[in-house]
Amino acid sequence: MTTAIEINCETGEVTERPLTADEIAANEAAAAQAAADALAAEEEATAKAAAKASAQAKLATLGLTADEVAALLG
Amino acid sequence: MPNTYTLISSNVLGSSAASVTFSSIPATFTDLVVRISGRTNVTGQATDNLELRFNGSSSSIYSITRLRGNGSTASSSANSGVTVINGLTAFDAADATSNTFSSLEIYVPSYLASQNKPVSLFSAQEDNNTTANVVVTAGLWRDTSAITSIYISSNSGGSFVSGSSFYLYGIKNS
Repeated sequence: MTTAIEINCETGEVTERPLTADEIAANEAAAAQAAADALAAEEEATAKAAAKASAQAKLATLGLTADEVAALLG
Repeated sequence: MPNTYTLISSNVLGSSAASVTFSSIPATFTDLVVRISGRTNVTGQATDNLELRFNGSSSSIYSITRLRGNGSTASSSANSGVTVINGLTAFDAADATSNTFSSLEIYVPSYLASQNKPVSLFSAQEDNNTTANVVVTAGLWRDTSAITSIYISSNSGGSFVSGSSFYLYGIKNS
C-alpha cells in the first residue's frame, strides 16, 4: 500500500494515510510520462552519438587527424 | 541576513512514502529552509525528478528556471505557467548506486510576505558514477498568500524510500 505522510508543524503529529484513488491515478500517469520521457531522452542521446560518429568519420576521410577532429567536435 | 536557524519539524521515513507534506507551518519566522536526504524507488533510471507545491496549490501559477550539469554536459531550461515546481532532477532513483542518498535544499525567503513567493533549490545526486547530476533551480509561486504547507513528491510516480529524511527549519532575521 502506497502512503502519503503529513507532518503537522503545530502539533508535531505525523499522519500516514493511503493514497486516494485520484492520487494513485496521478502517480500512474506520472510514471508513464516519466518512462516516455526517459525513452525519448535515450533515443535523442543515441541519435546525437550516431551523428557525432558519422561526422568524425567524414572528417577523417577529408584528411583531418584524430586530434584535429577532437579539437573541432570536443 | 538571517542569524538563527530553528528546527520546526522533521521526519525520517520508517517505510516508503509517495509524498511528504509539512502542514500548519507557523507564521513566526522570516524564511523557511527544507533539507532532504533521500532517494526514490523509481525503476529503470538513476535520477528522479521531484516536485514541490505550496499550500496544496496545483494551479498554473508556478515558474521554473533550471541549470543542470553532470560532469560532461550542461543544460538550462525554463517553464512558466506550470502546476508544480519540478526542477529537481538530481535525486537518486532505483538505478543509482545502492545505499546512496541525494541531498536537496529548498530556500523560501519571506514566506509570509504579501507578494509572489520566490524559491531557490539546490540538489546534488550522490551516485558513484561519472555522470552524477547537480541541479540549481529558481522557482516562483505567483500567489501572495502566506505559505502554510509544503508538499514534496516524486514527479515520476515513485515513492521516497525508507530512511529518507526531511527537515524544515525556520529562520528569523533578528
